[in-house]
Amino acid sequence: MIRFTNVHMTYAGGNEALKNINLHIAQGAMAFVSGRSGAGKSTLLRLIALIDRHTRGQIIINGQNLERVRDQRIPLFRRNIGFMFQDHRLLVDRTVFDNVALPLVIAGYRYQDVRKRVQAALDKVGLLHKANSNPVALSGGEQQRVGVARAVVHRPALLLADEPTGNLDPALSWDTMKLFEQFNQVGVTVLIASHDLDLIKRMHKRIITLRQGRLLTNAADIGQS
Amino acid sequence: MDEIKRRFSTWALQHAQAFVFSLGQLIRNPFGNLLTVAVIGISLALPTGFYILLENARQVVTGWDSSVQITLFLKYEIDDDSAQGLAHRLEQDPAIAMAGFISKAEALAEYQRLSGFEEALRVLGENPLPSVLVIRPGVTIATPDENEQLLARLRQLPEVDSAQFDRQWVKRLFALLDIIKRFVIILSSLLAIAVLLIIGNTIRLAIYNKRQEIEITKLFGATDAFIQRPFLYSGFWYGAGGGLIAWLLITISLRLLMQPVSVLSELYASDFQLISLSAKNILSLMTCGVTLGLLGSWVSVHKHLREIDPS
Repeated sequence: MIRFTNVHMTYAGGNEALKNINLHIAQGAMAFVSGRSGAGKSTLLRLIALIDRHTRGQIIINGQNLERVRDQRIPLFRRNIGFMFQDHRLLVDRTVFDNVALPLVIAGYRYQDVRKRVQAALDKVGLLHKANSNPVALSGGEQQRVGVARAVVHRPALLLADEPTGNLDPALSWDTMKLFEQFNQVGVTVLIASHDLDLIKRMHKRIITLRQGRLLTNAADIGQS
Repeated sequence: MDEIKRRFSTWALQHAQAFVFSLGQLIRNPFGNLLTVAVIGISLALPTGFYILLENARQVVTGWDSSVQITLFLKYEIDDDSAQGLAHRLEQDPAIAMAGFISKAEALAEYQRLSGFEEALRVLGENPLPSVLVIRPGVTIATPDENEQLLARLRQLPEVDSAQFDRQWVKRLFALLDIIKRFVIILSSLLAIAVLLIIGNTIRLAIYNKRQEIEITKLFGATDAFIQRPFLYSGFWYGAGGGLIAWLLITISLRLLMQPVSVLSELYASDFQLISLSAKNILSLMTCGVTLGLLGSWVSVHKHLREIDPS
């Protein structure tokens, strides 16, 4: 699903964010990227999502060589990915339903399908009864769960989450991680960047550790766990 | 074939969504958007109003042009009585609506008043001016050709020394109207640019206000076309709203003018009616508004949307 071969990433200012990364994450796996702030966790996710382009090496995502994905094709490429953020990034000028529907509306689904899928996703995160609320009216944990619903509503092959539990207390963090695990169990490849080592150790999944742009633990490739 | 059909229906669906969505967004912030639309409306109403006034002026002048006057200078030896007799005879002619008589004395008085040659005329002692008949061709006669024929016929009369159309001032008026017309065109162009700038700037602000939304939609795979669509439709709505307000403003203004104009035209014994916006005028006004709206937002979107990338 994700294969990095000798990947380097140097930002325009000369900051070498990633150095010679070799990495393989199999389809259907769930893995964590850990490391301190500035170790390159976010950069790794940004390269996968084609927010930035790597400067050297080769990245293959879902069978696609990212160098061959031209700028105009980036939108289509991204429709196979779901995103989660630390600061949930919900749009506060519309309802929870409309927020979750966004990836489907972008992809041009018909309203009947949109409604069915949004309801299913909200049901899955336990917020169906809040569909017509404004995100501002929800608690932090609920907002984060809406973010999860939005990330999976279009059934992406790959789910990327950048510090999804950064603002949550331990209990809610655990719930959120368990939610990710459930999606992983139905076949979604999940890659989560997190610095909460205690939490991710308890999940018993593969942990990829970055330090100053280098891969620290490059354990054997992990397939279906 | 099915693939093409599916793509087209997706495309149509997304357009419909953006169309309605952009209107909803505008309605959600009624005060600010109403101000923008009002400014656009006034900018569109000014040139349209001038245009309508010009059209009305042209209508009045066209009326005058067909009722152009012919001035008959009679031979000097024709006295006032026989001149008056001639005037009566001419009025029987179906081609002539009216024959006004100006006696030698009246002509002199008028000439003295207008020319400033008062002293010179007094030295002359005797009135050198002939009697004059002012002929207005009959209403049934409209074409310039027929007017020319009438002029030729009147020249043949034994009492007539010379005959000429009295239309110099009409030509001057037409020249003046041409200048005003050009002024209206210049004013329209300037105000069209103003509308473009207003809409462009409004859309620019909207883009910056929606920075987060644009970033998120880009992350979830929205194409540039998808992202810019609601902004383009906002431009459409601004232009259409501006056109509607301009229409409203002009209709109200013409209503207010209607009564005094009809009083004035009654004083001139004319059946002149103020022309209001025709269906065609309204259509072109709306088309102008919508085109300017789309163009302004298109320029703005293409300049500013590129600057926003997900982070």
